[in-house]
Amino acid sequence: MAKENCIISLQGVNKIFDGVTVVDDFNLDITKGEFVTFLGPSGCGKTTTLRMIAGFETPTSGKILLNGEDITRIPPHKRPINTVFQRYALFPYLDVYDNVAFGLKLKKIPYETTNRKGEKVTKYRHLTRDEICDQVMRALKIIDLEDLKNRDISTLSGGQQQRVAIARAIVNKPAILLLDEPLGALDLKMRKEMQLELKEMHKKLGITFIYVTHDQEEALTMSDTIVVMKSGEIQQVGTPTDIYNEPVNAYVANFIGESNIYNATMVGKLKVKFLNKVFDCVDDFPLNEKVDVVVRPEDVEMTPIKKEPKATDLVGKVATKVFKGVHYEYILMVGKSEVVAQSTKDYELDSLVSIEIAPENIQIMKKELTKNVYPEAYLDNKNRLVISDATFDVDVTQLLKGSKVDDGDYLVLGDQKYDLDDADVIAEIGLDKIEILDGYDRGNANGVIISTIYKGDHYQVMIRTDEEEDFIVDTQDTWNEGDQVSVVVKPKDISIVLKGDIKKYAVEN
Amino acid sequence: MQSKTSAKAKRFFALQRKYLSIPYIVFLILFIIVPILIIVYYAFTYEYVDEATNITYIKVSGQAFLNFFTEWSKINVLIVSLFIALITTVICLLIGFPLAYFLADKKVNKNAVLITLFIAPMWINFVLRTGATRDLLTWMGINGGTHPYLATIIGMVQNYLPFVILPLYTTMMKLDRSQVEAAKDLGANGVQVFFKNIIPQAVPGIVSACLMTFMPTMSSYVISDTLSEGKITLFGNYIELEFTNKAWHDGSFMALVMLILIAVTMVISQRFSKDEKKGGGSW
Repeated sequence: MAKENCIISLQGVNKIFDGVTVVDDFNLDITKGEFVTFLGPSGCGKTTTLRMIAGFETPTSGKILLNGEDITRIPPHKRPINTVFQRYALFPYLDVYDNVAFGLKLKKIPYETTNRKGEKVTKYRHLTRDEICDQVMRALKIIDLEDLKNRDISTLSGGQQQRVAIARAIVNKPAILLLDEPLGALDLKMRKEMQLELKEMHKKLGITFIYVTHDQEEALTMSDTIVVMKSGEIQQVGTPTDIYNEPVNAYVANFIGESNIYNATMVGKLKVKFLNKVFDCVDDFPLNEKVDVVVRPEDVEMTPIKKEPKATDLVGKVATKVFKGVHYEYILMVGKSEVVAQSTKDYELDSLVSIEIAPENIQIMKKELTKNVYPEAYLDNKNRLVISDATFDVDVTQLLKGSKVDDGDYLVLGDQKYDLDDADVIAEIGLDKIEILDGYDRGNANGVIISTIYKGDHYQVMIRTDEEEDFIVDTQDTWNEGDQVSVVVKPKDISIVLKGDIKKYAVEN
Repeated sequence: MQSKTSAKAKRFFALQRKYLSIPYIVFLILFIIVPILIIVYYAFTYEYVDEATNITYIKVSGQAFLNFFTEWSKINVLIVSLFIALITTVICLLIGFPLAYFLADKKVNKNAVLITLFIAPMWINFVLRTGATRDLLTWMGINGGTHPYLATIIGMVQNYLPFVILPLYTTMMKLDRSQVEAAKDLGANGVQVFFKNIIPQAVPGIVSACLMTFMPTMSSYVISDTLSEGKITLFGNYIELEFTNKAWHDGSFMALVMLILIAVTMVISQRFSKDEKKGGGSW
């Protein structure tokens, strides 16, 4: 199962703390000499994974193999792995030299000797003072701190302490060096310098580095391989270019760099529809499949609007403009959707531009369908939810805890009233919460069944309305494609989230 | 204009603040500085009787100094006191350190209830406590008559243990767990982690603990008096004895010796904890 040259292999590693799964079925092989980064927001389990490799935590289940040997239950002091800790964890009672020498003084090396009977035996001895001195000085030279070897730790700057922490780890010549957000406490400039230095050091030493960070830029700069994590699960493993250009899902795309992410539908072979327009694309997905589309801001091409725009042209209005040095960053409004774009050209605010996106720059990702999401929904003056042209009764008190609706359809909490007429919301409806009725005009929306897929124990039915809005329904009943149906949803099954703060809907008393 | 008035106001306020310390300064002068001066005065003077007129007079003299260093019994008392203080401190540390380490684990000592139990003896009157200890020890067969040293040391340890546990516990609570992990990571096994990281980290606490036991044990005399049934005379006992015998000059000189010893321990302990400002004991 393990790759060739694989130095460490995590196999089905799980970690559960007090009933909460922190790391979930983690499988990863790391090649010798690689610079691997675990990237994810705080609480995604990246540090826990690192601590399991170091030996500070024991996996609840699963195995960790080092060079093919099971080290899952070996204590940290017996592992040839060293760590650079988040807050360095230097020993304040020792000076720089003794901090670096700490590991060497504990180390025992085997040597051959002949005993009284003349047999060759292997014994262990501590390193001599000169050997230790030699190695410590070499490590201090790597981090460029030879002059400070007798200094107290407390007199060092953050950057210098950081270097000592690195020296203290690499002096032991570990098979793997673990770095737990080591640059987090440094200022931006220092951090950039250290990134390059670490990369350089990695090349020179040839040690496998496993690096943990929540900073995507850091990950892209330094790593050979990035492991993107979310809630204890690996989302994607790949080179920085792969992860940036070919994110597997919206989460990864969003986490790595700025991006435009849209709900889209495949409307033909290599044709995808989003922003209410059909684009050519290069990824092949089944017809009518719901997908996520990612477009990087630098891939949005802006051109001045033509004199006689065709109906098929995508036109956006410049809503904001920020000068970023080399380029401008624009937010363009296409209908109610935002498109973030970058251009070196200067466009006026409120001017109209024509937008083009090259097929190869449209990254299409399979969408994990767990519920229907309608990001463009809004509320009307009767506090009903409007999705395209269909209206649904909905419980608006969920927007504000403890509130109620008064006779004038205002949302009331204490003395404060809110008028939610025309409020933009994101609505979510569970797949199994939608009821399908035969024939038109019997429910909230009308549509035609465009596909049904058998999912083992139920059917997944897709209903498309005249306004091209789709409802996806898990149902036990069988329906035929082309059936004209009505859709019904109970108010309590619709969850809505306001776009923006509720304060802007407050009514002056 | 404005700045002038505000400066004036500031000065007035500063003076006000200074006045607040007057009660303490008066107290300090009356009950600490003056008594020390009196001790110094008595230590370096001596009482003589003019044989011709039979009048006693006091004059500056090194007689008390001479008496102290020539009377073997006094030096002996000093040595015994130092010895008992040292033994008590070491035993207290040996018992207190692992206990404090154990108690600092939040899993064991939830809501700090356990530590309160160990500190609780401090709330009982010291003389009552010592009396109770004597009865208990007698019942166990270790009475002052047969084992004066053992009884005294047990009493001392029992009395001063809370003073060791408390500062150690406070330091242990502040132990940097990531340093412990770093030590393990660098190849230290359990024992090595303890000696190479936990003890060095706990130095400020150990120093406080030593100060809080060593000095009071040297000067205390109630415990040894009660528990050894008068068989052991400690430095404190001897000073008291001198004073009750109206040997003011000899007694004062011994009190001065004690003062100097305390000052020396303070200086030594400060040298130890000067690098550990951040850690800090519970002084």
